[in-house]
Amino acid sequence: MSTDTSAGQAASGAARGEHPTPDRNEGLTADDLRDLAPADQDLRLYRAMAFVRAFEERVETLYKQGQVRGPAHLALGHEAVAVGVGAALGPQDRSIGTYRGHHHALVRGTPPDGMMLELLGRAGGVCGGKGGSMHVLSVEHGYLGSHAIIGAHLPVAAGLGWASQVLGEDRVTACFFGDGATNIGAFHEALNLAAVWHLPVVFVCENNGYMEYTPIETVVPVTYPAADRAAAYGLPAITVDGNDVSAVREVAVAAVATARRGEGPVLVEARTYRHGGHSVADPAAYRPLGEVEAWKARDPLAVHRDAAVARGGDPAVYEAVMPEVREQVAAIARRAQEAPRPDAADAWTDVWSDGSSTWRS
Amino acid sequence: MAELTYREAVAAGLAREMDRDPTVVLIGEDLRAGGVFKTTKGLFERFGPVRVRDTPISEQAIVGAAMGAAMGGLRPVAEIMFSDFYATCWDGVVNEIAKARYMSAGRLTLPLVIRSANGGGIGFGAQHSQATENWAMCVPGLKIACPSTPGDAVGLLAAAVRSDDPVLVFEHKALYGVRGEVPDGDHVVPLGRAGVRRSGADVTLVGLAATVPMCLAAAADLAAAGVEAEVIDLRCLVPLDAATVLESVGRTGRLVVVEENPGQLGWGAAVAALVAEEAFGDLRAPVLRVSGGNVPLPVAKELEAEVSPSAAKVVAAVHRALDHRRVAPVA
Repeated sequence: MSTDTSAGQAASGAARGEHPTPDRNEGLTADDLRDLAPADQDLRLYRAMAFVRAFEERVETLYKQGQVRGPAHLALGHEAVAVGVGAALGPQDRSIGTYRGHHHALVRGTPPDGMMLELLGRAGGVCGGKGGSMHVLSVEHGYLGSHAIIGAHLPVAAGLGWASQVLGEDRVTACFFGDGATNIGAFHEALNLAAVWHLPVVFVCENNGYMEYTPIETVVPVTYPAADRAAAYGLPAITVDGNDVSAVREVAVAAVATARRGEGPVLVEARTYRHGGHSVADPAAYRPLGEVEAWKARDPLAVHRDAAVARGGDPAVYEAVMPEVREQVAAIARRAQEAPRPDAADAWTDVWSDGSSTWRS
Repeated sequence: MAELTYREAVAAGLAREMDRDPTVVLIGEDLRAGGVFKTTKGLFERFGPVRVRDTPISEQAIVGAAMGAAMGGLRPVAEIMFSDFYATCWDGVVNEIAKARYMSAGRLTLPLVIRSANGGGIGFGAQHSQATENWAMCVPGLKIACPSTPGDAVGLLAAAVRSDDPVLVFEHKALYGVRGEVPDGDHVVPLGRAGVRRSGADVTLVGLAATVPMCLAAAADLAAAGVEAEVIDLRCLVPLDAATVLESVGRTGRLVVVEENPGQLGWGAAVAALVAEEAFGDLRAPVLRVSGGNVPLPVAKELEAEVSPSAAKVVAAVHRALDHRRVAPVA
């Protein structure tokens, strides 16, 4: 990986420790979504989505076996948003997301092994066992973290954009959030600030129709909870089918280009659907009969595969992808299950920049 | 050595750091106009709109943007106009800023400062007078500096800006007009090192920000009565210079902690507890606390004074501590 490390941020902490995060990066790397060419882009986009799908399916299984520490909010059904936007970002660009963020971490090149170790609470996880599923990150790959307080990271994205602007760096920040974040103050404060300061930020709403357990349309008076509000802040907003990776990518390329030209932030609202509950623990029985089936008929992987095949792709090649990535993920999970548990003493490190947690003399 | 007011010292300290390091930037409300407390006077004219950024009234955006900017390679100094307003953006401070380094196992570094005007004494009422430094002390991951003099306003700010950890600087609004010496050149007061403002053998007074001059005034009164008080300016709550307090109590055997925040859970309780745990054998009297009252701060002068610490209350507490020896010990 030649990705430029974020200025001012250096790998340290757990990276120094006895159990460093493995840099083994099998399954999905940042390069997998870079330099897409017309000849291979359909298959590469599909493969990235399939890897995310396989990863999340495995996490669901491990969670149900009691092997995942803490909650897990899966991106099953959301793959096209992460992959479509991820494919529009350059190595110098940054992204930031929410507690439902495995997909956003993976598409930037966050090592899947390090993520799985973190989810299982094993030594060498990307957060050293101190973050878990809701806080995965890879600074060196430009994924500045999953943040678990709804809306809190939108102003942080504005700040990342501000830093790029002040330092004269060619970096765009993509900020992912859910429809549920559009009613909290930080969303509105961040959009306003980003717009008035012309910050290079692309705000991406993954509208999956549910604010946790509650249908979003029951708590907002507009059709598009993010896009319809953007106009109030002078932000151009684009709505897109979030289950169509090609459409998402096309929209994201344009939005990133706008931000990169210094023309200010853009908001993209991608309508998608969460195949499962809010977290794995939620059976999502509140959803009307037939809704899940109707959305699964528009599964982002199937939508893209069908379109690719219609464009001349080989169906047999596409059929072979899912078994292959499932095998890769199974190996990742096995390695994580066999990994040592962290040293309890690690709980006392990394509060301060000197590595300690000492608060008094 | 220049004599400056505390408010001029804040502006001078910011200017020194901005001169020294081009990545130091300011973000907050009314900065361009010099700030409602005139603590950023002249900085916009000198450093321009790229480095001195006025924001809307959006505390969540200020705090969040400071965090993002710190992640992105700047050293932002954010201003929350009144420390009471931390309540509007506390999520960003405690759930994001305080925890980012830990949750990322050291992979994220947030070299940022948040300044705010703290404390009472000037009749601003319950929503603009609180001493909120104890709020921050509840949260691991935040350093807390509270200057009591113009010199420390510069020196602690310099240390805060240069720290790779997030630092909350609580400036005391009742001190903004106080004049004092500010050393020339590179004046840095390390975080976590208390200042002994007066030596004395009979009792240790521990103060912070505006309660430091209060303790010194009390010590002058006590000296007239033949009681020599040692006055410790904690300067920082985190890191806490416990060693200096424990050493002093080891000599005096008596401790009065003077804090402006409400006593029901103030920082003085933490200081009292650690002295009780670690210096019990040195104590010749119970540790006493002079604290802010457990009421929202009222406005009228007599009412605010009634529930605020004062030199007279400190003197009274010291006499209680001294009187304790007259109580016959249990056989």
